[in-house]
Amino acid sequence: MDYLDHLEAEAIYILREVAGQFEKPALLFSGGKDSITLVHLAEKAFRPGKFPFPLVHIDTGHNFPETIAFRDELVARLGERLIVGYVQDSIDAGKVVEQKGKNASRNALQTVTLLDTIAEHGFDACIGGARRDEEKARAKERIFSVRDEFGQWDPKRQRPELWNIYNGRIQKGENVRVFPISNWTELDVWNYIRRENIKLPSIYFSHERDVITRNGQLMAAAEFLNIDHEDVIEYRKVRFRTVGDMTCTAAVPSEAYHIDDIIEEIRLSKISERGARMDDKVSEAAMEDRKKSGYF
Amino acid sequence: MDILKFITAGSVDDGKSTLIGRLLYDTNSVLDDQLEAIQRANRKNNDGTLDLAILTDGLKAEREQGITIDVAYKYFQTEARKFIIADAPGHIQYTRNMVTGASNSDLAIILIDARKGVVEQTRRHSFIVSLLAIPNVLVCVNKMDMVDYDWAVFDKVKEDYERLTESLNIRQVDYIPVSALKGDNIVNPSANMPWYTGKPLLGFLETVTVSKARETAQARFPVQWVIRPQTDELHDYRGYAGRVVGGEFRVGDPVVVLPSGFSSVIERIELAAQTLDVAEDGASVVIHLKDDIDISRGDILVKQNEQPAVSQQFEAEICWMDTRPLDTGQVYLLQHHGKVAKVKIQDVVYRVDMQTLEKSPGGDFGLNDIGKVQFKSADPLAIDSYVANKANGGAILIDARNNLTVAALMITQSE
Repeated sequence: MDYLDHLEAEAIYILREVAGQFEKPALLFSGGKDSITLVHLAEKAFRPGKFPFPLVHIDTGHNFPETIAFRDELVARLGERLIVGYVQDSIDAGKVVEQKGKNASRNALQTVTLLDTIAEHGFDACIGGARRDEEKARAKERIFSVRDEFGQWDPKRQRPELWNIYNGRIQKGENVRVFPISNWTELDVWNYIRRENIKLPSIYFSHERDVITRNGQLMAAAEFLNIDHEDVIEYRKVRFRTVGDMTCTAAVPSEAYHIDDIIEEIRLSKISERGARMDDKVSEAAMEDRKKSGYF
Repeated sequence: MDILKFITAGSVDDGKSTLIGRLLYDTNSVLDDQLEAIQRANRKNNDGTLDLAILTDGLKAEREQGITIDVAYKYFQTEARKFIIADAPGHIQYTRNMVTGASNSDLAIILIDARKGVVEQTRRHSFIVSLLAIPNVLVCVNKMDMVDYDWAVFDKVKEDYERLTESLNIRQVDYIPVSALKGDNIVNPSANMPWYTGKPLLGFLETVTVSKARETAQARFPVQWVIRPQTDELHDYRGYAGRVVGGEFRVGDPVVVLPSGFSSVIERIELAAQTLDVAEDGASVVIHLKDDIDISRGDILVKQNEQPAVSQQFEAEICWMDTRPLDTGQVYLLQHHGKVAKVKIQDVVYRVDMQTLEKSPGGDFGLNDIGKVQFKSADPLAIDSYVANKANGGAILIDARNNLTVAALMITQSE
């Protein structure tokens, strides 16, 4: 079996285990390539039936407009349900306080909105597009990752995960994060997107836009970035390797207009995908710490 | 291009993390920002070179203690293959984590320190490899630089290891002398050991043929989910979704549904919009049968002429994985594919002393203990022996009081 067939078969198997084991699952959809790939895999797992779960988007309000347009088109084509949890609602309710200053980001706040959305709808399993090659704490996480009542990951108390038998039994209030593409690398995802001809938001491909340089990274010049007189706005040819919100996702200079160019660019790249994520640069254990507090 | 999944066993002292770090580094799988992070962490070897071990220790607690606690999965790729490494801890205290990593591996790399030779830990790791029926073992005799790259030292280790495997179920063993720290025989052949004429580690991993035992096993198809759109145009659509675990199914095959025993014939096999003639081992597909019979999650389709025993009594080798010891008076839940059944312990056949690997009758099972137990199940199970079909002969035990996975079961016989 070719490696992409193997990865696809494994992911479909995991998605069907979620359907079989849980009462109220959800698929966390960010509009990024990994969650778009998950949606494609869900179509392969459940069509011609309906998805046994809605898509859930945690909206920071700082999205790339291209991502939101793409999301809405996709949902319309699928005919599946979309639930949106707004970080703005958490801020308005006084549950979280918006960061101040130039480097303010809503990235950390979305954990609270995510947990509230899970509680409000009573989701017992949340499918996510995280991969183990992204980051070293993720390399340790199970495919069925049990979170306690507070959404927290405890790396020291993970359930052993043997063969392809996933234990999704939980107490009320707990939930399981499920990662069907754990064993895929960034390059695997791109090769699969090419093979399956999966459509992506335009910002993954090279385009010209206004950018500023912050902490050595190119950021889209958006109002959320609190641009002031010190920032120099340049018009450059860039693309995005990951799509989070505009405050924490950096662009890379790129001439990659076509998926073949992107695959070639990644092959030659000396910087990892998460190297363009400001949220990982906080400390050596930034991802581990965020997961412990309920992050994806 | 295919995938090779392998596990590395050995302690930090054997240079396991350094070996993996070296493989990743020398295949250009470590990127600039990751190297920068290592440099920021300022971990250096005594000779001032970069400490590659830090590439694999993902948790704060591991970095603080300099040990591997849990399995980490690492990925790299060459022109020949995609590789998935289960980097498992070697210490006796983390036996269960090694069992976890071993359950999905096709090959095991066992590291032996050239200065120390075959030690208790080598025996324990090899025993686990044999228990989980990993078909291929590669012994890396590491730290050859510390023994002047001496052929005689390598030969002695090889001889001792051959003796060790006589009593174990390991089919194929290969040996490579390496220095993970210096990079000898990792990616390039070592100039320091001209007496070794085999492939270096990477070349070996790129070309090794792993057992095709799953493909030739009897065909099994556990049903995960029933697809019934119930729309006007697809009113009669009823597809059984699942993954083939061993063997293959073809359109026209007469099949039996277990445990009910109903029989039918495969009418159609689908993968999304594609219609297939064959569903091979590992494929996630949807199967349609000629007859409308009652089938749900937990049932298993098998070929009419390849039926497993369907039984409520069976014996299994187990690895206990919970801090709360096995309670022979307790009812546990057994999960086997989509089936969850209540089980009781009938008898403890033996327990293995993990220091000496001797079996003694009876005994208590605590964390990391391995042995053989007889079970009785509330429901009939269509289960193979683990040796005959790994994918249908393994199960887990769950403690219903806290939902934890407490044991791995490798079925030895059912009656």
